[in-house]
Amino acid sequence: MTDDFDCVALTDVSRHFGRRRALSHVTLSARAGEIVGLLGPNGAGKSTLIAVLATLMAPTTGEVRYGDLTYSVARGFRRSSLVRQRIGLLAHEPHLYPELSARQNLEFFARLYGLDPRTTVEPALEAAGLRDRADDEVSGFSRGMRQRLALERALLHGPRLVLLDEPFTGLDDRAVVRVSDRLRHLSGSRAIVVLATHDLELADGLVTHVAVLQQGRLVSDEPASRGLREKYRSFMSRT
Amino acid sequence: MIRFWRTALLILRKDVTIEVKSREVLYTTLFFAVSAILIFSFGLVKEGQAPPDAAAAILWIAIAFAGTLALGRTFERERYGETLRALLLAPGPRPALYVGKLLGMLALLGIAELLLVPLIAFLFQAALISRPLLLFALLAGGTTGFCAVGTLFAAMLVRVRSRDVLLPIVLYPITIPVIIAGVRGTAALLAAPPDEATAVMWIGILLAFDTVFVTLSLWTFEPLMIE
Repeated sequence: MTDDFDCVALTDVSRHFGRRRALSHVTLSARAGEIVGLLGPNGAGKSTLIAVLATLMAPTTGEVRYGDLTYSVARGFRRSSLVRQRIGLLAHEPHLYPELSARQNLEFFARLYGLDPRTTVEPALEAAGLRDRADDEVSGFSRGMRQRLALERALLHGPRLVLLDEPFTGLDDRAVVRVSDRLRHLSGSRAIVVLATHDLELADGLVTHVAVLQQGRLVSDEPASRGLREKYRSFMSRT
Repeated sequence: MIRFWRTALLILRKDVTIEVKSREVLYTTLFFAVSAILIFSFGLVKEGQAPPDAAAAILWIAIAFAGTLALGRTFERERYGETLRALLLAPGPRPALYVGKLLGMLALLGIAELLLVPLIAFLFQAALISRPLLLFALLAGGTTGFCAVGTLFAAMLVRVRSRDVLLPIVLYPITIPVIIAGVRGTAALLAAPPDEATAVMWIGILLAFDTVFVTLSLWTFEPLMIE
């Protein structure tokens, strides 16, 4: 049994909040090198699915497999720290401390992942394009700068599974291109990228696989092709 | 075990770094505690004489109220930017996050107590410092028990909208035995002559509370924090 994995699979995963079903019998898998686009209207269950994959939310039923390791309510998840070592998450919020500088934030998270900050922080600051603002407090950063820093924070430990929940929100065109290029590079380095987004134009040409959620159900799961917006619109009008 | 303590100390160090920059929680806590003591002293001390055992009760009231204020603020920091999720996603043992926060709270209330004890001793003419080791044991035991439960509840309530109202409601009923033990133990030290045997008995009871509260909190922290 190894702590690394090249496939993540959800089998019949449901997640209920009281009587509300945020996810209902979702079965989905993603392999190394894929960028899976999670699409769906607001409240479809995209963020819940990301939280379940991130081990931040336990599925009510069903199981999540990370290679050889299984996460389910019945079996629990005794070796979750091994999987968490290989997961990077960028969510709506940047997961950064505004009172700390960019460098201090990255140093803290590097240490938290058992990394040497001397070798990891500078390349991350470079990749975020924030070397000249490294010692400024994050509270003074623009949304785009925070998001770039947050992405590098999420990728600091070289995760196998990269989970992104609306990473393009509030970014200008240059930052969007930068983030998109970073995701393609991750895919090229055999990461599994799961991207929840509303921005179909950005997803078009970026994702290699499309999963559509509606009211917690997986209503479509197929390889991506061009013309995503039109397909999605016609699909949603049918369902 | 090394990873556990390394993670806990990292969380503590990060909180101290932020606090040194902002001084937000420390100043608020100290200001609140000192104000409460001053108000009590104006109301209770007549011609230089305070009612018997008042100093012990007021010391623990100040610690409990200031501690509640600090508990709410310390997790507010993790709510902004949703950093709590990033901490829970990190590979270290999740209870280490609880321990790091608990250590931060103990350090903060320890600093507050360093100011409160001489202030109360002076304003209430109380011989609080006559048995420093026993007083230290009482304060350490009581503060640990209070913070052990408070840190767990503050973490649980971090995503709840009415957390500021709910925290005292859930915290005080459970920590009342700790506060009572602290008050009775401190009152025993203030008796003339000091009743050391009774104080030691209350310290033992506080240690028992601490053991139960810390063990239960470590055991339940991860399942409670996973949504």
